[in-house]
Amino acid sequence: MSAANRGTNADAASEDTAAPPPAPGTGDTTPAPNDSEDRGRGILKSIVTGSSLVAILAVVLSIILGGILIALTDEDVAAAASYFFTRPGDTLAAAWEAASSAYVALFQGAVFNPRADSLALMFRPLTETLTVATPLILAGLGVAVAFRAGLFNIGAQGQIILGAMFAGWIGFSWHLPFGLHLIFVVLAGFVGGALWGFIPGILKARTGAHEVIVTIMLNYIAIYLVGYLLTTPSFQNPGSANPISPRLDDTALFPQILGPQFRLHLGFLVAIAATYGVWWLLNRSTVGFELRAVGANPFAARTAGISVTKGYVVVMMLAGGLAGLAGVAQVAGTEQVLTSGIAASFGFDAITVALLGRSHPWGVFFAGVLFGAFRAGGVQMQTLTGTPIDIVLVVQSLIVLFIAAPPLVRAIFRIDRKKKSNGQKGSKNQMASGGAA
Amino acid sequence: MSIAGSVTEPATSTGKSWKAPIGFGFGALVALLVFAFGGPATTAVFRVSDDSDRFRLADIALPANVVGWIVALALIAITVYVYLRVRRGEKINRWAGIAYAVLFVIGFLTWVVGIADRPSISLAGLVAGSVTLAIPLIFGSLSGVLCERVGVVNIAIEGQLLSGAFAAAVAASVSGNVYVGLFAAAFAGVLVSLILAIFSIKYLVNQIIVGVVLNVLVSGLTGFLASTLLSRDSATFNSPPSLPDIRIPLLADIPVIGPILFQQTIVGYLMYVAVIVIWLGLYRTKWGLRVRAVGEHPQAADTMGIKVNATRFWNVLLGGAVAGFGGAFFTLVSVSTFTRDMTAGQGYIALAALIFGRWNPIGAFFAALLFGFATNLRFVLSIIGTDVPSQFLAMLPYIVTILAVAGLVGRSRPPAAGGIPYVKE
Repeated sequence: MSAANRGTNADAASEDTAAPPPAPGTGDTTPAPNDSEDRGRGILKSIVTGSSLVAILAVVLSIILGGILIALTDEDVAAAASYFFTRPGDTLAAAWEAASSAYVALFQGAVFNPRADSLALMFRPLTETLTVATPLILAGLGVAVAFRAGLFNIGAQGQIILGAMFAGWIGFSWHLPFGLHLIFVVLAGFVGGALWGFIPGILKARTGAHEVIVTIMLNYIAIYLVGYLLTTPSFQNPGSANPISPRLDDTALFPQILGPQFRLHLGFLVAIAATYGVWWLLNRSTVGFELRAVGANPFAARTAGISVTKGYVVVMMLAGGLAGLAGVAQVAGTEQVLTSGIAASFGFDAITVALLGRSHPWGVFFAGVLFGAFRAGGVQMQTLTGTPIDIVLVVQSLIVLFIAAPPLVRAIFRIDRKKKSNGQKGSKNQMASGGAA
Repeated sequence: MSIAGSVTEPATSTGKSWKAPIGFGFGALVALLVFAFGGPATTAVFRVSDDSDRFRLADIALPANVVGWIVALALIAITVYVYLRVRRGEKINRWAGIAYAVLFVIGFLTWVVGIADRPSISLAGLVAGSVTLAIPLIFGSLSGVLCERVGVVNIAIEGQLLSGAFAAAVAASVSGNVYVGLFAAAFAGVLVSLILAIFSIKYLVNQIIVGVVLNVLVSGLTGFLASTLLSRDSATFNSPPSLPDIRIPLLADIPVIGPILFQQTIVGYLMYVAVIVIWLGLYRTKWGLRVRAVGEHPQAADTMGIKVNATRFWNVLLGGAVAGFGGAFFTLVSVSTFTRDMTAGQGYIALAALIFGRWNPIGAFFAALLFGFATNLRFVLSIIGTDVPSQFLAMLPYIVTILAVAGLVGRSRPPAAGGIPYVKE
């Protein structure tokens, strides 16, 4: 975490040369109290502060850049560009058409489709967005919790797989009554993810092994492990030659909230509950305070009598468990069978979700919904306009890059920092605790 | 990537570390149970020469269970030796570790070939394939060495390799010249590095974040372009010529090591050159001393008049060029079209190789060879028919890496200032 504090100070020092210097020690010694004060007043405040302005501008800028990329690679634009010097308007019109039609299709696939038959179906895309957002939010929370304790959890992918593996196995091989079965499935998923979080946690605590490396390695081990298990009789669907499990029992599945025509399932409510739970844990509980203290300054935390090693293990198990719940949402909600591709790329997207949400539980929630919308809409966009869904990856990563470097965004939009420097100092601390953990 | 060492390492800082004996003992136990007691009563045959070779050597035929017992007992002996040295508070001889590793590999190979349906493999093919598979890993981990030695954590190796593969395919197709493709690959790697350098050095963004995000960005960008431009007109944009093998007469006929050293593409030869040049540069030149000083103690380096951030900047760009060049392997040597995400996580394995190789070019070289060997062994074993699930073999490099960073297989210490942006006080 010393890196982050250094970054904060340096950032403040280099950027605020014209503004009054920050009060001594604000960045270095007391980030934790500052943070909790801020968070107490919630989301409303963060919308009006500069950091959220930067976030919104980052999103806008990324969407514009994505649009330019779509236009540049469009065939009609290329055709019109061949006579650019005689009629430049054609090229621009074609470029606008290409980019806007792609984004309109994305919006219609993610939020509201006016061409559907009934009003309910018009909102079907929104439910798809929330369905896709569910694992993103849960895994994003897993990454965010670790960030707050100063740990980099790149291993959400593997934790999702382990969660789905445990939950799936309980789901199709145990046969329990309705209600009880689902509870066991959810618990098993949490335990599976927590196990995969425990390994980097204990290795970090006992041997100092860097969690980034260990979690990346565990991702691959998880992929091969589930690939192997799906070839064994206890996991593979009898009679199937493909590496695919039997369908989970009906009692093990998340009920669909809005009826069978929508895929949105109870897992989304679990994601909301988890978001609240993490917020409560981090901001209202002793454990959460200790975790944040470890993240802010492990040396100070140890001096204050907090066990840093225990903190690492606990937070990684919690992080893994949350990502494991994302695996439950996949296996018991959306997919209903276990495959080796159960985690898709949710584990890696979760990192960007956590960064965009600045590691605040509700920030992660909304970032998850936004990226869920990109993903759900991206599928529609690809079918309607032929724009590859990869553009979503480009836009997402640009958003995170820009958000991570507020001075760059301010420079692009020529925002005068002198007037705002007071409002932004607080937000910088948040950025440090979230982004640069 | 500073391992917040002193907070989490109370055990190792106070004298004797029992990690090495524990790790060695664990491996010896595995050898005893699997290779010795589980050794099949078959003969594992390693074919040294193929029928087409100019010089032929006799095949090596090893009785699997006998070799299993010898290896297991030798490993136990080394473990006892290491235990005694640690108990007396002496340093562990590094040759003990190397001998241990070599013996373990021999034991494992003999066992795994012995239990196969057709217990006979071509040693030359196994070695040559391992080197070929390791080429991009080696370039990737050299990029990591260059960046991390100067204090910038490079998670973006994957993105550098992928961008190099993409640029090589497009540039070589459009120009019809493979060497243009090689230059374009290095240039694309530099571009990725440029973003890494600007964000992490100028804007002080956390280096791991930038690296992770860059990988996503490159994956999205190349995937997008592959399914628009490249798929629309693949004849123009995505059908690069292949690099020719350059065969050095006579030397290439040496059994086993001939093909890997003297029958390579220019990428393969430059791989050896890069390893040696970067090693010499880092450890035998003024430049290397400065680079390592910046990575270990930037304040001290600054005091001595070294421009810390400029050194970091140029090194990161150089690293990008090396990894981008290595990415050309995918489209100009291995396969001759670009497909999306074709690097398939090799950049992360290169990262592991760099750590397993203790941030040293030569170490990274051998670690990457080991990973290439593990991957190749998987293919070879699936041909001769074995009961060992291929997934477990695929897991091996990752498990070994975890053991390495946990300190069970030697100590792996990163440059002290890794991951920390430097700002002049």
